[in-house]
Amino acid sequence: MAFDVARLRAEFPILATAAAGVPLHYLDNGATSQMPRAVLDAIDRHETTSRANVLRGVHRLAEAATAAYEGARREVARYVNAAAPAEIVFTSGTTAAINLVARTFGEQLGAGDEVLLSRLEHHSNIVPWQLLRDRRGIAIKVIEATPEGRLDLDSLDRSVTPRTRLVAVTHVSNVTGAITDVGAIVAAAAKVGAKVLLDGAQRAPHGPLDVQALGVDFYAFSGHKVYGPNGIGVLWGRRALLDAMPPFMGGGEMIRTVTFEKTTYADVPHRFEAGTPPIAQAVGLGAALAWAARLDGAAVESHLMDLTGRLLDGLQTVDRGRGLVRVIGPSGLQARMPVVSFAVEGAHPHDISQLLDREGCAVRGGHHCAQPLMDFFGVAGTTRASLAPYNDRGDIDAFVGALDRALEKLL
Amino acid sequence: MSDDLYPSEILALARDASHAGRLAAPAASATADNPLCGDRVTMDVAFAGSGIGEIRHHTRGCVLCKAAAGLLAAKAEGGSRTQVAVAEAQVRAMLEQGARLHGAWQELAAFAPVAPHKSRHSCVLLPFRALADALAKPR
Repeated sequence: MAFDVARLRAEFPILATAAAGVPLHYLDNGATSQMPRAVLDAIDRHETTSRANVLRGVHRLAEAATAAYEGARREVARYVNAAAPAEIVFTSGTTAAINLVARTFGEQLGAGDEVLLSRLEHHSNIVPWQLLRDRRGIAIKVIEATPEGRLDLDSLDRSVTPRTRLVAVTHVSNVTGAITDVGAIVAAAAKVGAKVLLDGAQRAPHGPLDVQALGVDFYAFSGHKVYGPNGIGVLWGRRALLDAMPPFMGGGEMIRTVTFEKTTYADVPHRFEAGTPPIAQAVGLGAALAWAARLDGAAVESHLMDLTGRLLDGLQTVDRGRGLVRVIGPSGLQARMPVVSFAVEGAHPHDISQLLDREGCAVRGGHHCAQPLMDFFGVAGTTRASLAPYNDRGDIDAFVGALDRALEKLL
Repeated sequence: MSDDLYPSEILALARDASHAGRLAAPAASATADNPLCGDRVTMDVAFAGSGIGEIRHHTRGCVLCKAAAGLLAAKAEGGSRTQVAVAEAQVRAMLEQGARLHGAWQELAAFAPVAPHKSRHSCVLLPFRALADALAKPR
């Protein structure tokens, strides 16, 4: 059966909105995706029937809130196929999850130990390691990129050394959309006993994962990119690693006993969840992942690759053989997600994005928090269209038409 | 007031790239970066007595940033530090509070339609920051 995008779109109230009569064509899903009615309802239901603090109170609402919060953790564990819900740590987002690893696992590293990153990383998977370098004297090494915006596996082999302790790379580039060859990363890391962290912010929205099959050690992603609310994210880690890691933040909820002389800490995952957690956000995330898991993955992938091909073709059409439009990333559909970045000679991404917005097309322009990758491609920034299952051909055609008119004005 | 961010006069200013380039031997030079988008403006200044002599700018930026850099350089050449500071304050007030621009540099009112677009204020203000930093350097 053909993928029924119209039916899916009807689940997202925001897609029916318009500004000054101009319908919305939301193509900035790599930054934040929209929430379906099922998620909005779950949050509303929680806040109107179960709002209370978790893990401490004994009254009815507290019990209901705790059940909902821990239920969300089980939903996340199912989505990523964790060995147990205890391996799921709720954070405020991907950035916080990576920082948590840097401040805990990272503190066990010392001078001369190496953390291997890649040219494709978001700043949130670069800066925490630079801060760790400043604290602990570790060395940072970098896997280079190919001209297509993929990981350079030759560079990978050269970069892994006996001092490599962690390989921290993106699962899918937020700029190029390229899917990382995780198997190659895991194999290279295993040769030297290094652990592997994947930044899954751009992969998690595209269907359930199997972190055990991937063979990695840590996995991080954000709620607001997986059709869930802001302010919630996930760190998955192997239980043995989490057990061996010291706490990150101190406070309530993460302790076993406290005296002025000594504090003992709760087991994972609560050891890493100091203070009142984002409860409604966790509930929303659980609902979002349950919703995403119900989609027909193969049909969604086929639909999104159809749209991605149409978008890439549209960029060529707009270029009109002038050689001004340059795709920053894979030119084809193999091993990629529906994230398409491009640079236009003589037109700035912010100007393009602003003019597209006037026609209802929401895209992202700028360096996408990936300045080392921008330097690699010799551009200050790009314009990025990133797709979700609720996008349709009308969105792509509106984008291509608006881009054509924007470039006519700017060039 | 038009809400068009890209009227023909702004597009023309950006295309003209007035005062673009570098001075061979600037008395002062400063670079300002926009962390939002990676844009960068470098202002080179030569002084004439107590005032500003020549200015050249090297701008990697959007239409608004290029237009502002060119217009600012053109107006500031032959002017004073005080005039630049006053103009920056007035443009900032125009963008952030919708204040009317007054004084000698009326052409800067072309950027008034940027006011509702907070994320673009820094595009217009980046050249001012670079020039202010250059002018603040000891001579």
